[in-house]
Amino acid sequence: MATASVPRVRVPAQARAGELIEIKTLISHDMESGQRKDAAGKTIPRQIINRFTASFNGRIVFEADWYTSVSANPYQSFFYRVKEPGAFTFVWKDDNGSEYTATSKLTIV
Amino acid sequence: MASGNRFCSRRRVLQLAFAANSGLLLAPRFAQADAKSLADEIRKLYADGKPTDGRIKLDVPQIAENGLVVPIAIDVESPMSADDYVKAVHVFADGNPLPQVVSFRFSPECGKASASTRMRLAQTQNILCIAEMSNGTLYSAKAEVKVTIGGCGG
Repeated sequence: MATASVPRVRVPAQARAGELIEIKTLISHDMESGQRKDAAGKTIPRQIINRFTASFNGRIVFEADWYTSVSANPYQSFFYRVKEPGAFTFVWKDDNGSEYTATSKLTIV
Repeated sequence: MASGNRFCSRRRVLQLAFAANSGLLLAPRFAQADAKSLADEIRKLYADGKPTDGRIKLDVPQIAENGLVVPIAIDVESPMSADDYVKAVHVFADGNPLPQVVSFRFSPECGKASASTRMRLAQTQNILCIAEMSNGTLYSAKAEVKVTIGGCGG
């Protein structure tokens, strides 16, 4: 990887109870598919983010398993029905074992 | 894109392999997933479950100008209550070297079984989407995406 993966998330900071909110996430990552060859003809080993997990107050609410067909700098959006105040934790798991995390607080109005 | 075109180089390698007539063993690994391997992938996930059409809104462009970044959005009709919700949605692209694209796993807390991401498509092909409900029922949806620049301007 040329640069470190930087996650970006867009979550409303506050919402009404019962409201349906959309969460949009983006992370910079090459998502090397393992299908490419370098100039010398050697296969460039696969290195992708294989799992995205979103939890709210410790409970997993949404997960996505990504395979090699997911584009570089993967984008993911999903919905959440607001019940209580708390915090989202987003975790991206890399093939190389590292994890990238982001958190976001949600307050009820 | 600075990182270059992944499928482009794959295809070039494949052509070279064929030209040298040494690709017979390598070819199946690089060739597009055929109908059988796709069926195998699906069988791995669901044993012998037979999905029926419907309940899924699969939103993909009819024509994708750039095969490296094709938006995909799915929306499954469901009350998303604790005892009736969408457990997972799996997306396959039958013309890619590896057909699995993404699996979304939902929980009742999502409120709506809807998600979107972006995928790579090597060529014009069908996108197959299978939704798995909490009671085990399967639904499927299919859409064709025409890719104008999938790899090397093809």
